[in-house]
Formats: sequence, C-alpha cells, structure tokens
Amino acid sequence: MSGPAKKWKALIVDDEELARKLLREMLSGHPEIEIAAECGNGMEAVKAAAEHKPDLLFLDVQMPKLTGFDVLELIEREGVAVIFVTAYDQYAMKAFDVHAVDYLLKPFSRERFEAALDRAKSAKPGKDVDAAKLAAAARPAGQFAERIVVKDGTKVSLIPVAKLDYAEALDDYVSLACEGKKHLKQQTISGLEMALDPALFVRIHRSYVVNLERVARIEPYGKDSKVAILTNGVKLPVSRTGFTRLKKLLDEKG
Amino acid sequence: MDESNTRKTLLAALWIAGLLFAAILTWLLISSWGMDWRAAVAIALPMSALAQGIAGAARYTCRGNPLGRTQPWRIVLTHLVAGVVLSYLWVGAGWMLAGWMDAMLSTNANYKLFLGLQTHLYGVGFSYYLLGVAFHYMLFAQKASQEAQERALESSVRAREAELTALKAQINPHFLYNSLNSISALTSIDPARAREMCVALADFLRLTLGMGEKAVIPLRDELGLLERYCAIEKVRFGERLTLQEEVGEETRDCLLPPLLLQPLFENAVVHGIAQMAEGGWIRLQAARNGDRLSLTVENSWDPEAGSSRKNGVGLKNVQRRLEARYGKAAQLQASAEEHVFRVNLQFPAETEKAS
Repeated sequence: MSGPAKKWKALIVDDEELARKLLREMLSGHPEIEIAAECGNGMEAVKAAAEHKPDLLFLDVQMPKLTGFDVLELIEREGVAVIFVTAYDQYAMKAFDVHAVDYLLKPFSRERFEAALDRAKSAKPGKDVDAAKLAAAARPAGQFAERIVVKDGTKVSLIPVAKLDYAEALDDYVSLACEGKKHLKQQTISGLEMALDPALFVRIHRSYVVNLERVARIEPYGKDSKVAILTNGVKLPVSRTGFTRLKKLLDEKG
Repeated sequence: MDESNTRKTLLAALWIAGLLFAAILTWLLISSWGMDWRAAVAIALPMSALAQGIAGAARYTCRGNPLGRTQPWRIVLTHLVAGVVLSYLWVGAGWMLAGWMDAMLSTNANYKLFLGLQTHLYGVGFSYYLLGVAFHYMLFAQKASQEAQERALESSVRAREAELTALKAQINPHFLYNSLNSISALTSIDPARAREMCVALADFLRLTLGMGEKAVIPLRDELGLLERYCAIEKVRFGERLTLQEEVGEETRDCLLPPLLLQPLFENAVVHGIAQMAEGGWIRLQAARNGDRLSLTVENSWDPEAGSSRKNGVGLKNVQRRLEARYGKAAQLQASAEEHVFRVNLQFPAETEKAS
C-alpha cells in the first residue's frame, strides 16, 4: 500500500464476552484497524453503527432480541464490510454462500481470520446484499419472520407480524402500517414479502402486501380493477394478478 | 417361517383327524352295526368329509363369540344350538346317502340300519362339532398371544428408538462449537481456565456417552452432569447466567432415565438466557411426594424475543422418553407465564434396591 495508510474502523458485535475478546486479540496484530466499539447485543450494535460509521463489522448471528441479520437490516450499509461470525447454523451458512457474504465459523484459526479480513478489505459486499433476502434465505424452509425490526430515528422497535395491517412500497422504502401508525423501513417490498408467511400475507399489488386477516371485502373499482377494503376502512388497490392470488388464498381458507 | 411351519402342522393334524374319523366310522358301521362293507365305505367317506365341514363351521361361531369377551351363557347357547342343528343336518345327509345306496342296491337294509343308528350318530356329530370348537378357540388363543408378543416387541423397539433420538439430540452442535470457541479465546487470555473448560467439556461428553447405555440413573448422577453443563455455559455467558437448586436430599437416590433434565436445561439456556441481553436464571426443584417424584425446571424468558424456532423438539423428546418408561404414570406439563417458563415432570419415584 502506498500513501498514508487508511485507518479502518471496526465494530465487534457478539453477546459472548469471550468471543469478543478473541476477535479483539486477533485484531491486535493489525494496527491499521481501530476497534471503535464492542457491542454485547444487536440494539447496541445499531446505535454504535450510527455513531461510529464503521468500515468493518464483525457480526454474531445469534444474539438476544436482535439477530445479526436484524442488525444488518437496520444499519446504513453503504461502505461497510460485514463478516458474520457464527458457531453452527447450516441454514445461515447456506445463505452466506448463496449471497457471497463472508463468514467465520467458531472456532476459527488465525489463518482463516486473516483470509476473511483480507477479503473484506478488498471488497465491500455490505451494500449489495439485501439483508432481508439474506435473512429469509437463512430460515429453514417453511419458517417465516415472527417480527419485523424497524428503526424510527434512533429507536428500534419490533413489530410482531400479526400486528402488521399492510405494507406499501415507497421507492427504496416500505411503509409498514400497524395499529394506526406507519413505520418506514429501508427495504424492498419483495424482500419483505419473502420474509412473511405466504399463508398470512399476500401481495395484492406491485406496491402492496396485505395481512389477509385484515381484508374485510373486495369491491370492483372502475372498469377492470378492484379495491380491497380493510377492517379499519383503508382501501388498497388490487391488481389483476393480485386478485387471483388473494382469491386463491381466501378460497383455501373457506 | 414360524408361521408357515405351524400352518403345515395344523393342516397335517386336520388330515389325520379326518382320516381317523373316517376309519372309525367305517369300522363302527361294519363291525358294531353289521353294515355291508361297500355301503359302509360309501356312506362313511362322504360323511367324514361333511364332519370336517362341521368342525370347520365352528371357526365362525367361535370367532363370533370370542372367549373372555362374551357372556358364558351366550357361548354355551350358541354352540349348543349350532351343534344340534349341524349334527341334525349331518345325520340327515347320512340318511339320504343310505337311501340312495339302497336304491342302487335295491334293498332297504341300509336305511333301516341307519334309522336305528341315528341317536348314536347325533352324538358323534355333536361331539365332532365340539371338538372343532375347542380346536378353534385354541387356535385363536395362540394367535392372540403371538400378536401380543409382537406388539410388546414393537413397543420396546420404539422405546429404544426414542431413546436413541434423544441421545443424538443431546450433544447440540451449537453448544459444542460455542464451547470450543470459548476455549479458543481463553487459551491466550487465561490458560488455566482454558484447561478447566477443556476438562469440564470432556467430563460432560464422557458422562453423556456413558449414561446413554443405562436405562435409569440416580438423580445425583444427572445432577452431576447438569453441573458440568452449567459450568461450561457459565464460562460462555458469565454473569448473565444464574443458577438455583432446590433439591431435596430424599430425591437424590430416585431413579430416572438418563439425560432427562439436560435437554430442559439446554432449552432454558438457548431460548431463555441466550435471548436476554441482561441475562436470566434457571431454577431446578426436585421433591418427593410419597411415591411420586416431581422435577421442575424454570427459567426466566423474554416473551418478546420470539425464539420459538426450535422450541418443542427437546420437550417432545423428554415426553416420549417418559412415556416409553412409565407409560401413563408419567406427566409432563409445560407452561409459559409472563416472564417464567416452567416444565414440570412427575413420575413414580423408584430407588435402587438396597445394595
């Protein structure tokens, strides 16, 4: 490397103290990397990421409250290289492989650690990864999200999927309607759709996913389009393919 | 193979009985009642064949009135009526044969003879029917006991299978890899503790594998295993994990299937402690109420954590193993209160015979 060496800011996120100490020890041989913070859980990690704007993130998968996947969904990923650190999870490993995300399997050797670090420095995969799709891929077949994580300003909240009325796509964001409030989340609507149980939620329109239980009735609207009227009176447009999907699900439910 | 052999023996026995019956009947007709030998053979052979049919008919009356599940008076009445009717039909057939024989030989000697014999023949037919009844009841009893044996074998195989699955599930790869990672971290930070943890992990594995071979172990041994398990998890979770034990002295000798509580502790760690950033507690209570042993594992949990992904597998295994050993005498109750998850096991308290 030539020129003034760039200082890398790293964040270590793991709920086990020993696991954090191990990463710190392995990083001690790298003066070009500065450990900005150590976080014992996902909430701290989201806060620390906003505060320190790290370049490098060591992220444990299984943590209390927020998993590593949740953290990835909630932080600004632009310019962040992420290395997942996990003990054993066959589904997560498969997802990492599919999405070309780097990961370390506990326990790992120094060689393996160095290799991951080298790769992280040369490429920054964080931005290209759709965190929600990654999380969906890491779920065993037939399992779906039980809650959705959203960040309003600095406050992180968990919305149980049963409380979600519907979601609307807004450019790079989705707006999640729940209990009369709307939460904005940086996510694609197809990423959200993938995370939700298709027996409970249905994509009724290019821009809308609705909670099936909230649909009160469907009415014709104009010449050949329809609207879904929710139990709370909200009207949502229904596309032709959306109507087919909706009808099929409603028929199945009887 | 066994079944086809019994079948062959049975068939042979039936043939022998039939031929013997024919021989005796022929001999009786000729020597005791003075029938012409050709007529005797011509009558005795078809009548013997019919007698086999009578004994065979007992199969249906026996099946319709199984022993032990039918009122005795009904059994007696059914067989009495069936015996009388069948022997009457049988003798009637004999009459017709004798009459036909007489027509062929243009005499009425045989018919007359037959009329004189009919009371004896009723007795013979009736007895033969009863013989058939006895034979079929025996056959059914044998079949039932064979089926019972097969069922017992099958259920013991199933219990064994449940045990094996349970054992395989014990050593959770997550637990193992995380522990190894802790050791890896400790090697440079605190080598002495790294060694301690290696020993604890080795002890845990040794105990787990050793216990699997036993049908039951005293509670004190299970507690020893749990101690190791918790020592390892305490290295991982540090302050986040607190343990409480309320184990009555009188329960330590009680027997239980090995590794019954360990999966409950593992659940408590994975779904309880590991999901709580600020940590939590696990409490074990063991008490004996007369001839029942009651074991309770409680842990704090966060209902919002929403980690139900693997919940239930461990619990189901514990339930299956309890059922395999104690049947309906065992109870498992799991309840989730606001912040406490509780599993209670109750089953007969057994201790090793004084040695």
